[in-house]
Amino acid sequence: MRHLSEKNQKNIMLSVAFWRQWLVFAGVFLALAAPVRAELVIEITRGAVKPIPIAIVPFGWSGTGNAPGDAASVIRSDLYGSGRFDPLDNDVMLERPVRGVDIDFDNWRFVAVDYVLVGRLEEVGDELALTYQLFDVYGARQVVADSLVLEPRDLRLASHRVADAVFEAITGVKGVFSTRVAYISVSGRPPERTYRLIVADADGNNEFVLLESAQPIMSPAWSPDGRQLAYVSFESGRAAVYVQTLRTGSRRAVSDRPGVNNAPAWSPDGRQLALTLSDAEGNLDVHVLTLLGNRLVRLTERRSIDTEPTWSADGRHVYFTSDRGGAPQVYRIAANGSEDAPERVTFEGNYNARPRVSPDGRYLAVVHDDRGRFRVAVQDLETGALQVLSDGSLDESPAFAPNSAQLIYATRREGRGVLETVSTDGLISGRVKSVGNDVREPVWSPYAR
Amino acid sequence: MNKRLILTVLATAFVAAGCGPKRATLPEYEDTSTEVPGSDNDSSSGSGVADSSIRSRGFEDDSVATDTADALIIYFEYDRAEVRPEYADLLAAHARRLSGNSGLRLRLEGHADERGSREYNIGLGERRAQAVRRLLLIQGASAGQISTVSYGEERPVAFGSTESDYEKNRRVELSYR
Repeated sequence: MRHLSEKNQKNIMLSVAFWRQWLVFAGVFLALAAPVRAELVIEITRGAVKPIPIAIVPFGWSGTGNAPGDAASVIRSDLYGSGRFDPLDNDVMLERPVRGVDIDFDNWRFVAVDYVLVGRLEEVGDELALTYQLFDVYGARQVVADSLVLEPRDLRLASHRVADAVFEAITGVKGVFSTRVAYISVSGRPPERTYRLIVADADGNNEFVLLESAQPIMSPAWSPDGRQLAYVSFESGRAAVYVQTLRTGSRRAVSDRPGVNNAPAWSPDGRQLALTLSDAEGNLDVHVLTLLGNRLVRLTERRSIDTEPTWSADGRHVYFTSDRGGAPQVYRIAANGSEDAPERVTFEGNYNARPRVSPDGRYLAVVHDDRGRFRVAVQDLETGALQVLSDGSLDESPAFAPNSAQLIYATRREGRGVLETVSTDGLISGRVKSVGNDVREPVWSPYAR
Repeated sequence: MNKRLILTVLATAFVAAGCGPKRATLPEYEDTSTEVPGSDNDSSSGSGVADSSIRSRGFEDDSVATDTADALIIYFEYDRAEVRPEYADLLAAHARRLSGNSGLRLRLEGHADERGSREYNIGLGERRAQAVRRLLLIQGASAGQISTVSYGEERPVAFGSTESDYEKNRRVELSYR
């Protein structure tokens, strides 16, 4: 496991610097244009059968005035929201140590927790040091510890990173609490509709409006380095694909041809976009656009609807939806255009569409027609076995978390678009609580680099 | 650095806020088509009353044609893009209007109901718009007069999730400009 190391500290400080700039940008924009809705949280609708009992002891504070934030409470809410942990209530703690040496493990065995996390926040000049230690209660052994240095405004992000480290140390799966989610939000009724492209923390906090338009915005896609988003906007009166850099806000139209310019998907190396274009007869085909040099290769040619491309994890194939067989199914074709005939990939049921490959390459998420209900399903790419994960009737747009262990998708509840999460094994599900607007098309960011 | 950042942000904000011409869904249009009444209906009424100069030159009931062409929405079956036979007269009227006035431009906006994935529905909307376009071209409209756009399920007119909402959303809107 990771212990305090110089390399780790440097990495975290570097990414904190990136975030700091990003947040300055976010703050300016929000003040100008965006309604801020704070504290959207993930509510677990079905948790693990045996969530892991853990104590997150309130962190100590040494500095002037009050502590600038409550790191322990952010960590607690992250771990609880994952559905895999059962954090102990603060008021049944028999002691509140802030250092490992002060822990009396019998006090924690008595309240039956497997792990205890202690930590402290210290003022160091203009900066803060956030130090944490995770202990295995029964083995009386330190599992992971680190000390992060950060500017006060990054305390929340740093707290998410602690939650990531704790999650990984205990479950063996990388945490995704410090990642972000992009999605589309729609408000108003015609002709006064407003479409927004929003980026928020994975727990729904820090909503930031990237683009606002009276015309539809759809199909956001993160670049593999997490610095850009590709999306479709109808702002010119027809569809065009744009790429926008988050930190600067600058953007450009990368595909604005006559007809359909839709469904952008980044290649794993970030150099190409798979996308859907139409010809003069309105026939939709999947193409691959090399961004540098603007070179275009057409992958499919059929009078069918061929769309919703997504890349295999190794970047050699493109999966897409096609109704060439009558009803929509998922097919796979070589990404370099060397194959004439794609291979059909989905066979269960008469409707499987909108494929997404998990970052580890093991699973294909699709929208599956489950006896008249559209639901999120994952197909094991090795065995071909399909498992339905969601239980709504209009579930759509599944997107994997960067750890491949979880998906976020959109559904409708009480006539409104909402976002839900489900673990890839289908055991844990949750709902991202949101206020008011219709939300849809969530996409999980990659890990910050 | 910060100043430039703010400017960029402002620029983005303005681009974002000001984008897209605000249009009503069904814009009013000037009927500039020129009807030529009776051109194929001339008939002489000369039977029995030889001394009268009065004769019929016929008059086409253009109110019917205009009403038909005023209908600007064509509805479709679920997951289908075939234009139903009931729209034959309507499309013939629009084709006549277009072929009779080469300056007229028509935009066909294809839409889908919310079932199925969003990008697939873009394909479906495009297919519907193209089906209407082909029928207009066959009947005399010229390709340069007609443009298509597909909004898929992104711009519904009915917001529920019942079959009757879906029927209203599976459509092609004809918009003269």
